[in-house]
Amino acid sequence: MNERARLLLELADDELLVGWRDSEWTGIAPTLEEDVAFSSIAQNEIGHARAAYELAARELGTTADELAFDRAPGEYRSSPLVELRLVDWAHTIARRCLYEQADRARIEALMQSGDEVVAGLARKIDREEAYHRMHAELWAERLRGDPRFEQALAELRPYVDGDRRTRTDDFAALHDEMTSVRRTAPGAEW
Amino acid sequence: MIFEVFRQEKRGQPFAHAGSIEAPDVAFAETWAREQYGRRGESEALWLVPRSGVHEVRDFPDEFDLKYRRVDGYSLKRRLKEARERAGTPPARAR
Repeated sequence: MNERARLLLELADDELLVGWRDSEWTGIAPTLEEDVAFSSIAQNEIGHARAAYELAARELGTTADELAFDRAPGEYRSSPLVELRLVDWAHTIARRCLYEQADRARIEALMQSGDEVVAGLARKIDREEAYHRMHAELWAERLRGDPRFEQALAELRPYVDGDRRTRTDDFAALHDEMTSVRRTAPGAEW
Repeated sequence: MIFEVFRQEKRGQPFAHAGSIEAPDVAFAETWAREQYGRRGESEALWLVPRSGVHEVRDFPDEFDLKYRRVDGYSLKRRLKEARERAGTPPARAR
């Protein structure tokens, strides 16, 4: 696999998984307003994943759905940070903050790409990410110094640059759930 | 804090009340309002107004039934018809 496809898959896998994990809060986020916003941001991330999978799929002679759902766990290139199943808000919002920081650096690098298609996608993503960052920064500012939030940040920080070639323990159940519809109805169009 | 949200659907149109948002400050209110009232492309702009800034006015007595101050008596239909005839344009079809 070439460098371009590898970068697109890393981006797409991260966005799909973080969107999936964050959408687990739909209906149970701390307040109604945050619930709507968090779910909307999660949907945006999955939209970014789709766009990146489509570009990668063209390169690899496959389809976005096949890349998203038909690969074996070992073939994903996600960051361990987005695979983790987090069941409290302090960790969830800490991940959101860490993810947005890391994602910002990546998107800014992709916007400088000599590949105009990739740079164009990165610019489109960045226009939405600006508001995701605003959301994450508000929470980070509000919770700064809060022991639960600071501890969550410290626990999760090492995962940011974790090994993308291996999967965390939480991945298997997530993969099983993510691919269940596709396995139930192979070849179905949505 | 509760913020009342006013939404402008298209440029140039008046802002209409869309709902309210409970947020700790205006920055959170903006972030939440963006996602709640702007993510479907349904808004050109939003106004977020702290509820405490809204001065409500009620109760308009009209004990002596001063009908002449109301507009009920004017037939807009007739005046429009006359204006159209003067301008020579056919009446707009009912939607």
